[in-house]
Amino acid sequence: MQLTNRSKQVSNKQMTFAERIYLPAIATGLGITIKHFFQKKVTIQYPEVKQFLGPVFRGRHVLKRDEQGRERCTACGLCAVACPAEAISMVAAEREKGEEKLYREEKYAAVYEINMLRCIFCGLCEEACPKQAIYLRHDEFVPVFTERDQVVWGKDLLAENMNNRYLRKAWTKEEAHEQDLKGVEAEPRTQL
Amino acid sequence: MENTAPQLFKITFDGIEIEVPPGTTIMQAARQLGPHYAPPAMCYYEPLKGTGGKCRACLVKVTAGSAKDPRPMPKLVPSCITTVQDGMVVENTTNESVLETRRGIVEFLLINHPLDCPVCDQAGECHLQDFAFEHGRVTTRYEEERRTFEKQDIGPYVQLHMTRCILCYRCVFTADQITNKRVHGVMNRGDHAEISTYIEKAIDNDFSGNVIDVCPVGALTDKTYRFKSRVWFSKPVEAHCDCEKCSGNVTLWYRGDEVIRVTARKNEWGEVKEFICNTCRFERKKTSDWTIEGPTKISRHSVIMANKYRADVKKPAFGLKVAEAQYKQIDDSRPYITDGTTIRELSKENNAKANQRSLAENN
Repeated sequence: MQLTNRSKQVSNKQMTFAERIYLPAIATGLGITIKHFFQKKVTIQYPEVKQFLGPVFRGRHVLKRDEQGRERCTACGLCAVACPAEAISMVAAEREKGEEKLYREEKYAAVYEINMLRCIFCGLCEEACPKQAIYLRHDEFVPVFTERDQVVWGKDLLAENMNNRYLRKAWTKEEAHEQDLKGVEAEPRTQL
Repeated sequence: MENTAPQLFKITFDGIEIEVPPGTTIMQAARQLGPHYAPPAMCYYEPLKGTGGKCRACLVKVTAGSAKDPRPMPKLVPSCITTVQDGMVVENTTNESVLETRRGIVEFLLINHPLDCPVCDQAGECHLQDFAFEHGRVTTRYEEERRTFEKQDIGPYVQLHMTRCILCYRCVFTADQITNKRVHGVMNRGDHAEISTYIEKAIDNDFSGNVIDVCPVGALTDKTYRFKSRVWFSKPVEAHCDCEKCSGNVTLWYRGDEVIRVTARKNEWGEVKEFICNTCRFERKKTSDWTIEGPTKISRHSVIMANKYRADVKKPAFGLKVAEAQYKQIDDSRPYITDGTTIRELSKENNAKANQRSLAENN
């Protein structure tokens, strides 16, 4: 019984002389190989050369500061509760007199840790954050770690560097969508 | 002789008929039907006499006043202080005007509310959050400046955030109930109204901590719990102790092995039936002080249950065996610190690195 009409009749025909000496086939194969030699490379030299992964790529985390350099995070815990991998942990503390330059609200995260082995880079923390404090950078990866103590990232690695601020073209989904619709090429900037 | 047995009144609430004794309020009748039907309450608190009728969250439409006089009541009525009449027909969620009014009430309550939920310790168990989430609009129309107050210290245990207060008067009624004198009340009128105590008498009563539980928002919070954790990181456990001042029945809130907060037990309406004393609430913060009864039952949909797993789900036997066979003690020498001051010091060092790098060079 025939189930499909894709079956092929097997032929047992004799090869011609040209086919039997194999040399033309080898030459054709070599020709294909040599043709690729002169074509554009499809691979890149990864660690030295990096590809632009798009404006919405989710790379390493950054704890944003505001224009005056104060930390936005108030340790509300919404990122940690949204995190499906339970990678985020934090300890809150009350801002004291004289620390107004460092922290924006009266509560701040004294300890903010992300376990990079646990993190799955889903970006739910970014969506949950009511203070626009945590973002996943589109331009940087988490570097490869080889030691145990490099896995848990504290605030010394996460907090934004004010001299080299993280810029993005769109900070919200809606914004990116609007830019797409209008077809405008937005300038990279620090935040809304 | 007349029949003295209490005659039951038959009322219709959202199309459901229920018989209640005379003197029952519409709210109490609706609560007998269950949490799905009962109107929301921000100020009404059943254990406290005299509460209710302030927040207007529980307004309902009465479409027939009684069997004798079936005319509808001209305006929406607060269900927590309106007693039932025989043959009364009440509409709660089935009436569009009630829902529309409730959206308005949420807006009014939120006019002066600071919306600092990320900072507030009440977030996650806040009645105003629930109320606004279920009945409110998504966006705000308010653009004016919100009312603010000067910070006021009302003792070592209770933190007062006047900006968050919605003036439900629950704490005032609590104070009236636990003391003979009037030591806690509302000063001024209208927009300037604020909760206050006579400072020298400030909350040194043994039961003053109950104003924390009674407060529907984060206006009165526990100073010993201040910024320690979030509700959804802590795990509630029922416990009791022999206390000569109070019943000793409490809920302990654990984070890890540490009791970070002690509260009274609340029923499904968020009401405390048994007030607990300040010793239980603020001083007994060790597991050894308590006899633990078991985990508190909380709805699975509550944020308090987020990231917590059911204890009754059995793990497969082979999985347990594999885990046992492959178990290896991890030598994690990273010190585990829970002491607040050490954390602060460590974090300062840690932050100093980041801050120096970015801020110091700018200035």
